[in-house]
Amino acid sequence: MALKDKYKELIDAATAAPVVNLQVREQDHVLYVDGESSGAVKQQLWDIYGKLDPDYASGDLMLNINSVAGISEGAKLKVTTNTSNLNIRSGPSTEDSIVGKAARHEVVTLVRKENDQWWLVKTNDGEEGYSFTQYLTPVE
Amino acid sequence: MKKILQLSMMLIASLLVLGTSSCKKKLKDADIQASIESVLNADADMKGTSVSVKDGVATISGICKDEACKSRCEEAVKKIEGVTAVVNNCTVAPPEVVVPPVSDALSQAIADAVKDFPGVITELKDGVLTLTGEIKKASVQKLMMGLNSLKTMGLKKIESAGLVKK
Repeated sequence: MALKDKYKELIDAATAAPVVNLQVREQDHVLYVDGESSGAVKQQLWDIYGKLDPDYASGDLMLNINSVAGISEGAKLKVTTNTSNLNIRSGPSTEDSIVGKAARHEVVTLVRKENDQWWLVKTNDGEEGYSFTQYLTPVE
Repeated sequence: MKKILQLSMMLIASLLVLGTSSCKKKLKDADIQASIESVLNADADMKGTSVSVKDGVATISGICKDEACKSRCEEAVKKIEGVTAVVNNCTVAPPEVVVPPVSDALSQAIADAVKDFPGVITELKDGVLTLTGEIKKASVQKLMMGLNSLKTMGLKKIESAGLVKK
């Protein structure tokens, strides 16, 4: 079965959502789906992905949906860690030292986007440093 | 007659030289060796070397840290009293094997993305990431979301069939 058929439901949902700059491309037995959307749409697409390919175990899809492309400086971000506090670091990697912490569900402000993985944020207490974007959700 | 005298004097002179020097050598080889060793042992870079002295000829063997150390070692031994020649058989230690740090951006980003999933083991080769180890079933999506976004950094494929879901 062609990958576009396997993931038809996902591609249809992405097209309808809408996902901005949606690109669907198959290469070397991997389907690449790229685009930008809201966090809610990203979650929806990931749930479909998990349904079509349980545990995401087949290794035949790279779903790269950027839900934070539209977020601009000054935006409010909620700390969405699983349980723990979010580390705020002196530089954009886990190699850099921890200079502060933000509590779970605390709201911080985006200062600058270093890259897709690391953003410079500022807490209400004035602590400033880099945090991992995986644990930051825009306050919508 | 004059010639014979000259010859015999030369003979005596050479005998004297030979005699005294051979006498000195026998006494001093061990001493020379001791003073060389004290010099070599004083230098951390030369700790791996050893020396033997025979008839004033010092033979250095063992391992030196680098080429500079090897020649420094030889110079130091030459200066020691009683050493007539130096045979430098030192080998230079192979450069220390340094475990390459996670240097490139993608490897670092992968390390960051799996940091909170301690049971997961990653292996990156030619842009293909292989995941093994184990993870809670409920955490797979979060992990995969993070890793899939690394496509922008050159990640081509994620093999996770070997990842055990608890």
